[in-house]
Amino acid sequence: MIHIIAFYLFAAMVVASGAFTITARNPVHSVLWLILAFFNAAGLMVLVGAEFIAMLLVIVYVGAVAVLFLFVVMMLDIDFSELRAGFVKNFPLGLSIAIILAAELFIGLVAYSGGKLELGTPDGSAAPLVGESNIENIGALLYTRYLFLFESAGIILLVAMIGAIVLTHRERGNVRGHQNISKQVRRRPDEATYNARPEIGAGVDL
Amino acid sequence: MIGIEHYVVVSSILFVLGVLGIFLNRKNIIVILMAIELILLAVNINLVAFSAFLGDLTGQVFAMFVLTVAAGEAAIGLAILVIYFRDRGTIAVDDVNRMKG
Repeated sequence: MIHIIAFYLFAAMVVASGAFTITARNPVHSVLWLILAFFNAAGLMVLVGAEFIAMLLVIVYVGAVAVLFLFVVMMLDIDFSELRAGFVKNFPLGLSIAIILAAELFIGLVAYSGGKLELGTPDGSAAPLVGESNIENIGALLYTRYLFLFESAGIILLVAMIGAIVLTHRERGNVRGHQNISKQVRRRPDEATYNARPEIGAGVDL
Repeated sequence: MIGIEHYVVVSSILFVLGVLGIFLNRKNIIVILMAIELILLAVNINLVAFSAFLGDLTGQVFAMFVLTVAAGEAAIGLAILVIYFRDRGTIAVDDVNRMKG
């Protein structure tokens, strides 16, 4: 009973938060609704026993992605009312496409419930082991069968990190501490130093 | 009892909301990126639900990879947004076609 109540609560909240995310006037409110949607989706995943993915969702999405969005929205000085100009104009087209898409998904679901759709059955090679927790099962699978995919996920994150740094980094001439390595390497003793014998009290030109 | 159909309905609604969000906020690229995150969230709910109901953990492993790609996509997208704003002073994506090379 509590399971069913929790499911409907989380499902209603995730759908409502998604709707508010795309219709909120202020993008900061959009980000906050998005965070609520992620929390409720994590609740839905806990209900089916996928605790690891649920916690990952909270850590990665709420802790990293949503905060990144919040930083960017607050950092850029943007006139958001100007950007909402096409909202009403685009509404009929967007709504009709959304209704068509929803109808297609619904037809697929009806075909599945009517038994007309064969999904295939799992071969049991990735079945959860009895008596082990969800996180132990996923870890066992991830570090054996999906090891190379796991490592390529790491490479994807590395490429994303380097790409973001390269894109947003800018040279500023007036800031101290920027090293010109080729200039340092090109430097030779005979052009960097010279001997001087100044008159007494005359000083040296630098 | 809650079955797989309930989860598929929720994730379908969330997916459609994400697509609708892209159409409604065609000028505001920040909200477009958030709508893409909603779509990926719907996909993740679907993967996890099928994984749990079919008793096969591959779906959950795959959901983790979707999460990875979503994080990278958000980082790169927001970086492009920041340099675009630095250049133009606005984030209206209507005139992106002027960005040749």
